[in-house]
Amino acid sequence: MSEETGGNAIDPNTMSIIVTKGSLDWAYPPFILSTTAAAMGLDVTMFFTFYGLPLLLKKMDLKVTPLGNAAMKMPMMGGHMVMPNIVAAIPGVDAMASKMMKNLIKKNGVASIEELRDLAVEADVRMIGCQMTMDLFDYQKDEMIDGIEVGGAATYIEVATKSHINLFI
Amino acid sequence: MADKVLDAKGLNCPLPILKAKKALKDVTEGGTLEILATDPGAVADFQAFCRTTGNELVEHSEEGGVYKFLIRKT
Repeated sequence: MSEETGGNAIDPNTMSIIVTKGSLDWAYPPFILSTTAAAMGLDVTMFFTFYGLPLLLKKMDLKVTPLGNAAMKMPMMGGHMVMPNIVAAIPGVDAMASKMMKNLIKKNGVASIEELRDLAVEADVRMIGCQMTMDLFDYQKDEMIDGIEVGGAATYIEVATKSHINLFI
Repeated sequence: MADKVLDAKGLNCPLPILKAKKALKDVTEGGTLEILATDPGAVADFQAFCRTTGNELVEHSEEGGVYKFLIRKT
């Protein structure tokens, strides 16, 4: 079951995820995978860096933008609508698109990111905030949820060398 | 009759799995958990969940858009 790497056996039930994106849509894959992996008995570590870091803030205000996102086709009037960039750039359109997305999420019984994050915390998913990103974008640890750690690239690499599955999202 | 029943109808991926995992904590070893769900993805997911966690998927069925899973905790 185990793999040998430099003499160290890697537990197959381990996973790490580098979380680099913090928009309403991109926040889903890391939290869905981390909570599900934890439910399936894996030890999970999430490393939040750059635009993923705000997902650790106590108060999240997640938004989605159709700007430059050709693949974002929202169900509308029985079809699917892609918003032209020139429309997507108008002030207020992001807020509207975010509201639409949140309505779809609710309507389809999809968990909110807040809910998934709570479940991840409850399942003892280890969460590490990137120190450099905190310095760069001026975030303080007391703005973040309790129980997180702060670390850098070496902290993540140490985790990765011991994880069977390593994802970058 | 299952030892515990979880109604996960109306919930989408991954909530039925996450709630089932939680519900299994209240089931003793050898006991059973019945899950009701409407997410069609749950069919493949509960099979994968059981294969990975070692719990036994005793049976699963569908009636009128509601999927029923019976899991025995091992």
